[in-house]
Amino acid sequence: MNIQIRKYYYGDIPEDKSAGGGTPSGKTVKTDWPLWEVFIRSKQGLDHKHVGSLHAADAEMAIENARDVYTRRMEGVSIWVVESKYMHASNPGEAEQLYEPANDKIYRHPTFYDLPDAVNHM
Amino acid sequence: MIATNHIVSYLLHLADNALLLAQRNAEWCGHGPVLEQDIAITNISLDLLGQSRNFYQHAATLIGDGATEDRLAYLRTEREFKNCLLVELPRGDWAFTILRQFAFSAYQQLLFRELRNSSDDQLAAIAAKSLKEVDYHLRWSSEWVIRLGDGTEESKVRIQHAVEEIWPYTGELFLTAEYEAAAAKDGIGIDPGTLHTLWMKKVESIFDEATLPLPVGVFMQSGGKQGKHTEHMGYILAELQYLQRAYPNSEW
Repeated sequence: MNIQIRKYYYGDIPEDKSAGGGTPSGKTVKTDWPLWEVFIRSKQGLDHKHVGSLHAADAEMAIENARDVYTRRMEGVSIWVVESKYMHASNPGEAEQLYEPANDKIYRHPTFYDLPDAVNHM
Repeated sequence: MIATNHIVSYLLHLADNALLLAQRNAEWCGHGPVLEQDIAITNISLDLLGQSRNFYQHAATLIGDGATEDRLAYLRTEREFKNCLLVELPRGDWAFTILRQFAFSAYQQLLFRELRNSSDDQLAAIAAKSLKEVDYHLRWSSEWVIRLGDGTEESKVRIQHAVEEIWPYTGELFLTAEYEAAAAKDGIGIDPGTLHTLWMKKVESIFDEATLPLPVGVFMQSGGKQGKHTEHMGYILAELQYLQRAYPNSEW
């Protein structure tokens, strides 16, 4: 038996997996609806934060679903949705080369520098 | 039997409508076609349950004599319920549930808009609060009617079937019961007959978008407002009231 396991990183879903005009065969509705990422702003003035994902047929339904799934306890005042296939993620396997070089460069933090007493309010 | 006057009857009618549809929609809990819609329809169910509680509480205050919302919801008999037949019909398939919600929400929206001006302050406040919920129910169900009507071959067949099934029960929403006429005369309630033209307009515009034909010349069923219900009513009440009747005065 030849089983091929392919791991998708978060959000990086190939076209053929995200339907939306895919095969209208005997598949269940759920796999036919594309996946959407949901971002919610909890208060005016704050950033939108990623809260999770859901399935929906189009953007309008995605926003309504997000309203029902993620804002039932007054979590937000604004919703963004974006189809997951349009999200691209960094590869966790490349974490070393991407992030570790920053580890020993403490001079990149403002706290590295001694400020003269004359400089206030920093 | 509880003592009623036309205001209490009117409030009970509003409450029963909301309670029965809440119960029907709650039957989808755990059975929705997809997780997100399962949550959406049970959300609507909870909104309706909240509305019914507000109406029952208000009615209980007016009745006095130890009446409570629980007693009104759980210990009245079938003939004492004044809900329209539409809301007690079995939940059917998703198309049926959607179309019924649409027909009812469109009606509730017009009704609550008017009830905000009720001379009964409490009723006006409940209407204003509920209207925000109903606006969303109508938007949500309208989109689904369009989606199903203008969707796949199967969704079209299903929603058309739902139209045939539901249409005969829409007329009763606009038939003026005695207590509605009396409540309207006092400035407390609304004569639902006055809402029909606007309701048809809304239905027409959504059906048009959904490419659904409007039924014509259909015989309309009625009786629910007077306590004469369909054969489904006994069963849904048995389920709804079971706990209070088996374990009287039980509480959460």
